[in-house]
Amino acid sequence: MRYDQLELIYNENNNWKHIMARNSILGVFAKSPIKPLEKHIKLVVKCSNQLIPFFSACSEQNWSEAAKVRRKLSKLEQDADALKRQLRLELPGGLFMPVDRADLLELLTQQDKIANRAKDIAGRILGRKLEIPESLQEQFNAYLARCIEATEKAAEAINELDDLLETGFRGREVDLVEKMINQLDAIEDDTDTMQIVLRKDLLALESELNPVDVMFLYQIIDWVGDLADLAERVGARLEILLARK
Amino acid sequence: MDILLNSGSTLVMIAAVVGLFMAWGIGANDVANAMGTSVGSKALTIKQAIIIAMVFEFAGAYLAGGEVTSTIRKGIIDASFFVDSPELLVFGMISALFAAATWLLIASALGWPVSTTHSIVGAIVGFAAVGVSPDAVEWSKVGGIVGSWIITPLISGVIAFLIFNSAQKLIFDTDKPLQQAKRWVPMYMFFAGFVLSLVTIKKGLKHLDLHIGNADGFLYAVITAVIVALIGKVFIHRLKFDESAALKTHYANVEKVFALLMIVTACAMAFAHGSNDVANAIGPLAAVVSIVDNGGQIAAKSTIAWWILPLGGFGIVAGLALFGHKVMATIGTGITHLTPSRGFAAELAAACTVVIASGSGLPISTTQTLVGAVLGVGMARGIAAINLGVVRNIVVSWVVTLPVGAALSIMFFWMMQSVFS
Repeated sequence: MRYDQLELIYNENNNWKHIMARNSILGVFAKSPIKPLEKHIKLVVKCSNQLIPFFSACSEQNWSEAAKVRRKLSKLEQDADALKRQLRLELPGGLFMPVDRADLLELLTQQDKIANRAKDIAGRILGRKLEIPESLQEQFNAYLARCIEATEKAAEAINELDDLLETGFRGREVDLVEKMINQLDAIEDDTDTMQIVLRKDLLALESELNPVDVMFLYQIIDWVGDLADLAERVGARLEILLARK
Repeated sequence: MDILLNSGSTLVMIAAVVGLFMAWGIGANDVANAMGTSVGSKALTIKQAIIIAMVFEFAGAYLAGGEVTSTIRKGIIDASFFVDSPELLVFGMISALFAAATWLLIASALGWPVSTTHSIVGAIVGFAAVGVSPDAVEWSKVGGIVGSWIITPLISGVIAFLIFNSAQKLIFDTDKPLQQAKRWVPMYMFFAGFVLSLVTIKKGLKHLDLHIGNADGFLYAVITAVIVALIGKVFIHRLKFDESAALKTHYANVEKVFALLMIVTACAMAFAHGSNDVANAIGPLAAVVSIVDNGGQIAAKSTIAWWILPLGGFGIVAGLALFGHKVMATIGTGITHLTPSRGFAAELAAACTVVIASGSGLPISTTQTLVGAVLGVGMARGIAAINLGVVRNIVVSWVVTLPVGAALSIMFFWMMQSVFS
């Protein structure tokens, strides 16, 4: 009957769950950072994917639609930011993990930069109502799509983290992820080549365009390329994460 | 001496009630530790876990609890010291029970992890060393027990590490993990069944007067293990897999097989827990009963009264039934990424270690052993995140428990002495 009284105390304080967690073996298991990390990169990819409808609205000069897409993109970027902060808070020191905590946080930072870059691009284009020259549009869209493909590849590799955990971060699963990272590098190489061609073609058009617009066009081309660069860096961080220990 | 003849049955009654309460507390309190990993990795529902716990805790307590009970009853204290004043031993054992039960209550209320093993050992050493004389304690045995508290988590950690790595090699890091799982998981079931039944047959059944020879015991253990593995195989065969989700979710299918294995290891865990922890409640009771029944003579050879082990088992089951549901309901949520393939490795390692300790008559802490096993799986890079702060808290509370148990028991001992003399 004394236990009943205890039970009452627990219920009154409404922290029974907390007590049990401390009171038993289950408190030993901390929250896994892997699912949130995967969720984060999914948000990031969704965010950068918005650039495709964004640029297609821009090319039709439908600025209200473009603004709508940018708002959506911006919202996704904020969500990713919030998740990033939450994950950092949930990952205090004193956790014993199969991967290095610093590596994990660095990976998260890199992932988040992709979304930031996507937001920068949309903001700059919309702010100046900057148009991609008609003759470059097809080429630019292909370039954009390829860069976004790089981010998707990075997400695919990050999504293997839970399978990596299943396999104790070794063996076939590591080989599989290595392969994905190689593919990611190949895509990034590809975007570099595309960027060179795009710049050359823009150079040929320079005289016909507003010089200030040209400057910003170069900047946009750079930034879109950054998406692939950052995705490659996510892959590199993942590789470092796997190599440790 | 007269006190034992006049109030003997009263003393036995007191010891039985406190012992029963203690067993009840162990059932209510420790169920989360013994069964939590299975519920947490969703291999079992709460109801299933409680039913398994009830059956196997009782079986463990009854069939394999005798050796540790003997240690608690007469292994820590030098009985020859009490030949002239057996009532002191009776008072002491009852005080130790009171002390451990009180500490269990206080610590549970404050949300501190308790080890009933540590509190009862601390309490017995406390009353004997301070209340009677330091020479009344068999210090070498106590040293062995305390040493085992450090060694068993290490051993179970190493076993867990090896089991987890073997599962990685045999099942996960292969071309067809699902086929490999179907082939090897029954072998792990065999292993669990073999270790548990061998220890039970060789060590546990002594007090039931079943004397089974070495070769026979080995044979029976193998037969039991084969039966366990065959039943497991049948259930694996009946599992339905999501074949369409070929590569992407192949580990999800593998985990389904491991979930079945985890039912077996959960049974093993409950059995092991019952076999070791029942003694904390009924070991002192057994001492009291044997002294009173023999009219104050401390018989070294006497066996445990037939009703004591079932009483302990019943107490644990009652605690589970009345309180376990509430405890279990609070777990299950909040644990992410504890898949059955990790949980089984930790549970199997801990269960084997605890059962072997039970067979050797070593009172150890189930939770401590399980924490060691979890860290072992963590070392093999198998668990997403382990809270080292919580591990530290658990260790600290165990260290604190020893002097507290001792102090409480000394207090109760002096109180009993003044009341009865």
